[in-house]
Amino acid sequence: MTDTAVRSGSAEKAAGTTKTGLQPLTFAKALNTALADAMEADPSVIIFGEDVGPLGGVFRITDGLTARFGEERCFDTPLAESGIMGMAVGMAMNGMIPVVEMQFDAFAYPAFEQVVSHVAKMPNRTKGKVKLPLVMRIPYAGGIGGVEHHCDSSESYYVHTPGLTVLAPATVRDAYLMLRDAIRFPDPVVFLEPKKLYWTKETLDLDELRKEADDAATAGSTVGRAVVARSGTDATLIAYGPSVPTALAAAEAAAAEGRSLEVIDVRSLVPFDDETVTASVRRTGRAVVIAEAPGFASVAAEIVARVQERCFNSLAAPVRRVTGFDIPYPAPKLEHFFLPSVDRILDTVDELQWEDA
Amino acid sequence: MTISTGNSANNQFGESMKPTGRSSDQGPTAEEYMLPSAQPVQLVGPSGEHIHNDRYPLPDGEALLSAYEKLVVGRRINDQANALVRQGRMAVYPSSHGQEACQVAAAVVLEKDDWLFPTYRDTVAVITRGVDPLGVLTLLRGDWHSGYDPYEYKTATQATPLATQLLHAVGVAHAAKLRGENTVVLALCGDGATSEGDFHEALNFAAVFHVPVVFLVQNNEYAISVPLKHQTVAPSLAHKAIGYGMPGERVDGNDLAAMLSVLGKAVDRARDGGGPALVEAHTYRMQAHTNADDPSRYRAQSDVDEWVPKDPITRMRTYLGNLNLLTAEEEQRIAGAAEETASTLRDGLNSEPEINPADLFEYVYTEKTSQLREQAALLADELSREGA
Repeated sequence: MTDTAVRSGSAEKAAGTTKTGLQPLTFAKALNTALADAMEADPSVIIFGEDVGPLGGVFRITDGLTARFGEERCFDTPLAESGIMGMAVGMAMNGMIPVVEMQFDAFAYPAFEQVVSHVAKMPNRTKGKVKLPLVMRIPYAGGIGGVEHHCDSSESYYVHTPGLTVLAPATVRDAYLMLRDAIRFPDPVVFLEPKKLYWTKETLDLDELRKEADDAATAGSTVGRAVVARSGTDATLIAYGPSVPTALAAAEAAAAEGRSLEVIDVRSLVPFDDETVTASVRRTGRAVVIAEAPGFASVAAEIVARVQERCFNSLAAPVRRVTGFDIPYPAPKLEHFFLPSVDRILDTVDELQWEDA
Repeated sequence: MTISTGNSANNQFGESMKPTGRSSDQGPTAEEYMLPSAQPVQLVGPSGEHIHNDRYPLPDGEALLSAYEKLVVGRRINDQANALVRQGRMAVYPSSHGQEACQVAAAVVLEKDDWLFPTYRDTVAVITRGVDPLGVLTLLRGDWHSGYDPYEYKTATQATPLATQLLHAVGVAHAAKLRGENTVVLALCGDGATSEGDFHEALNFAAVFHVPVVFLVQNNEYAISVPLKHQTVAPSLAHKAIGYGMPGERVDGNDLAAMLSVLGKAVDRARDGGGPALVEAHTYRMQAHTNADDPSRYRAQSDVDEWVPKDPITRMRTYLGNLNLLTAEEEQRIAGAAEETASTLRDGLNSEPEINPADLFEYVYTEKTSQLREQAALLADELSREGA
């Protein structure tokens, strides 16, 4: 046993969670468990990045994995994101499934050339001869009082790059299922983890969850599928990642005022599930898209365009957006002015031309 | 003629090549085994004379003759490709004219299961490795971004962005090492690429993870128009190795014998678990960056002329001829082989490539997204109406 394993206590205790059955689980622990289960299921799954070894990552998402699976399968690299990503490309070319961690959203930018020029393009360049089954995990977005470079919503850069699959879970359950699906996916996945949700908790049956992740009938089903997070009839709130809980809170508040809002959790930014989104908007006739990222030329902008193209005849009002302002992410004491809030969402819903003026 | 350069004080690819680590008291110091030779290693000089080197043995005659043939074929590929660009059959060709010794050595020092990571200027190396020439030229003809299966000859796609492929090489070697495979990876780049961050990160990662990668920098003195002095003020590019904790060596890149010997030794060392190494080949870009370039704007023809007597083919022909290894009949047979390759290129590129617009959507993802299915249908519909 390595020193690391000794320091961390038994492998049982250190390794994700090997518990079974119904239990309270945080978003972070769900991700940690998904990594451990994926490594257990497939010896080619390998984890590396900055501080992901003995420390377990700055958010502890890789906690205990080095102790349980050894230093060859979960290890720290030199502090260089392009190096991490470039090495992941080579390892994926040569039979491995690298799951790399970028410590924070804005610290992933040094890897951008590798992501855009090779991760996204290699399969197409080689007419599918070279597949890159790798996952780039990025703790992303704000709402945690983080200093500059720790709170960027960088999804548009990745979403705008053909060849990448981009996922953003918003629930503890999805954190587990979507990460398992991402690791099994044959193409490269950018996996966006909303930092502010790391500490949210759900009580889940891990046996059921594992069964769903492994069952051939359900495995892989989160990629490309949005879900209705709350049913409603009057308008549709379309959100993803950190904005989903905010949208749900807004729907709850609206219900108290007698307005029934449906909430769609997009989950999979690429591929985008037009079907689920448009079905909802055609039913409700009104839509607001919510996202933390600056709205200009953003994922939210794309969703608005797609909804208008597909639902024009069903719309009773213009599709609106509640997004971050078009400014650099603010300092901690100012971020609450920037982030989409329940009030801002409800104000926008109020403006959806409920009656002729 | 044998000239001895008793250059023994500070060389690395010698006997005590295992890394000693910072704390080791035994064995040579880092300076002794990581710093390159005082002058680029040369085994056959420009006049075809053998120059003795204590550490790097001259490859045997048979090996040199076989590599010489590839050198001649490589030159013919460069000439033919240039001609095909002028005739409009290829979009562009970055020629390795004058660098063929580097190209050939890079291909022949590797075993079948080793990996080669080439750049856009390394077409000759890729063809020498065995890849179908027409598949190689697909990129430059413009009918797809790459035209061969990298797994067939363990040869990565030719990298166009600078130094990015060096990290892929490290990853391939790392994966092989984890599985206990005996694979060596040879990664190519030019002098300009040594200024890129990925060059630094790749060498550092390779050294930290102690993976079997040999980095070969073809220092041809120019990054398009920018001379080496604007890239670095290091004593040599090979000197950079010690900063990463790996040995560096410099070699006359126009000396096929020295290239084979030095690269071969670095590859053997990597295969034996000795870790990565950096080799700098001193050579010269005899022609323009590509056909789109105008070298008269940044260098004098007299500079280029100085390199003509250092040509890799001439000196090897003289050397092999003096030893009676290269007969007139052999020379004729080799010329015939070169013509045959040239004719394959001509025939292949003079026929129209088969392009299929549906391919545009086919390989972006393993399974097309619904959006790509819609777009593919749109293009197919447009094309069917054009055809109607």
